Amino acid sequence: MQTPPAIIDIRNLAVTFRGGSRKVRAVNGVDLTVDRGEVLALLGESGSGKSVTLRSLLRLHPKGTLIEGEIKVAGQDVMRLGRRALADLRGGTVSMIFQEPRLALDPVYRVGDQIVETIRRHMPVSRSEARARALRLFEDVRIPSPESRLGNYPHEMSGGMLQRSMIAMALACDPAILLADEPTTALDATVQIQILLLLRELQTRRGLAVVFVTHDIGVAAQVADKVAVMYAGRIVESGHIADVIHNPRHPYTQGLLDARVELAQGSSRLRTIEGAPPDLSALPPGCAFAPRCGRVAETCRTVVPELHSGSTSVACFEPLRG
Amino acid sequence: MLAYAFKRLLHVIPVAFGVSIVCFLLLHIAPGDPLAAILPADATAELQAQMRALYGLDRPLVIQYLLWLLRALHGDLGLSIATGRPVTREILGAMVNSFILAGVATLIGFSLGSLLGFLAGLYRGSWIDRLASSIAMLGVSVPHYWLGIVLVIIFSVELNWLPATGGGTDGSGGRALDWSYLRFLVLPALTMSVIPMGIIARTIRSLVAEVLAQDFVQALAAKGLMPRQILRHVIRNAAPTAISVMGLQLGYLLGGSILIETVFSWPGTGFLLNNAIFTRDLPMLQGTILILALFFVIMNVLVDIVQSAIDPRIQRN
Repeated sequence: MQTPPAIIDIRNLAVTFRGGSRKVRAVNGVDLTVDRGEVLALLGESGSGKSVTLRSLLRLHPKGTLIEGEIKVAGQDVMRLGRRALADLRGGTVSMIFQEPRLALDPVYRVGDQIVETIRRHMPVSRSEARARALRLFEDVRIPSPESRLGNYPHEMSGGMLQRSMIAMALACDPAILLADEPTTALDATVQIQILLLLRELQTRRGLAVVFVTHDIGVAAQVADKVAVMYAGRIVESGHIADVIHNPRHPYTQGLLDARVELAQGSSRLRTIEGAPPDLSALPPGCAFAPRCGRVAETCRTVVPELHSGSTSVACFEPLRG
Repeated sequence: MLAYAFKRLLHVIPVAFGVSIVCFLLLHIAPGDPLAAILPADATAELQAQMRALYGLDRPLVIQYLLWLLRALHGDLGLSIATGRPVTREILGAMVNSFILAGVATLIGFSLGSLLGFLAGLYRGSWIDRLASSIAMLGVSVPHYWLGIVLVIIFSVELNWLPATGGGTDGSGGRALDWSYLRFLVLPALTMSVIPMGIIARTIRSLVAEVLAQDFVQALAAKGLMPRQILRHVIRNAAPTAISVMGLQLGYLLGGSILIETVFSWPGTGFLLNNAIFTRDLPMLQGTILILALFFVIMNVLVDIVQSAIDPRIQRN
């Protein structure tokens, strides 16, 4: 029997922003696949291209952005979709939750009405049916007194409750894929855990494929099955989450693991990665991490390493643990 | 909502009181003797004293104010020194004329301004934006009395299409909904609409651009809304501020424009005020300023109430 095709299949994705005088290549040759019911964490620091990669799945970029490569989502060729078909995909098959729920919801509409609007955009149901559906969604994401909360405006809710509402809205039309752009970064640590558990529970129950963007390796470990570590617009290491965390092969991944606050508790100082991420409009000719890398060799400075598979896939000439 | 409206209306009372004091005092602080305008220069001291007593100008200021306030509350603002007719009736007649002019100017200015502002905001940075912004800039920069005179030269003097001055059917002061009346309105209304058009276009342009830059617009696209549906959200978000700016502009226009009404001899409050100043018609001036000021206060409250009905965040405090 043949294995079913991946629900997300990205080949050689490149995204270039052309706003302003300089071209900025934010994503530079990314390959990714996600299977049904699988959670992929895209891990990286600011400017690594993780959010840009995520947004490419819905072509949610500012006007004038150049997207190249192949993007197939749930059997549809996203690069070839027309305006209408693309809008049907957004929120219908693929929906998204954002980093700042307070900014991602329209401040002058009631939260319930915003969910009803989403449902009626994608499903041929009456207002009252959509309303009933919104109520069930609010119960699913465990918002207390859901009936009255539907009538709240965003400014009347707490951050955690807003993110729950955002999740309810994202799940409103039974999508197959959920895109999460650092959904817990703006929340308190305790609320963060609750939201992660809720996401994981809903993901399992609904068999969702999830792409979860985060800069926090601890968060990735909690939610993800697979992880792809990004640096300067490329994937430098990817594989099963446990393999990557226990046996990192790329020096950058090792650096991220060493830089966790939890590890610094015993010793006096937090171990950080020296230097700063590179300027995306003027990348070095070889490996983008070479200037900050402790294992740098001569080839690293001149040739871009390919992603090679092993126990985890790694793009490095001098990987750790062979 | 109703409680908020009621609270805002209560706030009018102290403000109105203050306005009345300022109106009253303003003209007593101003130099010059109001009687000088109606009495011959060689009038005897006895006659002057007689007139002073007749208008109550010989009493202490506080008493004068209280008497004036009491009568004003009954709708009596005294007699015009220049014409001898009741001030209240003169002002009301002029206000209707000003309202008509302002109404037409508002219609032109607001619709054109909103349209230009929206297009400029939506297509920011494009040639549409540059064109719309240039028109708006011209609107707020061109002195409108000058524009009025230029329009008169083109359409009245050169082309002879429209009357240069006056109001009402054949200048008789009557009102009707036909061309013989409306043709007097065209030039002053057009002239008057230029400034609010520019201000509103610029306001809406920046509002739309500001709303479009917010995260939730991308979130709306991410849930599959079409551009037309997203536009509805943008309008709803921009509306509260746009309405408050429009309300203030409407207030300015309804108050009448001294310059425009004088250029076109349009018999509104501005024209009335101008004449009252030149004839030192004290009761007329006091009355007109008082009514216009109160009108502004009420206009502001109405704008606040409408704004709170649209934007749920305002009622919170």
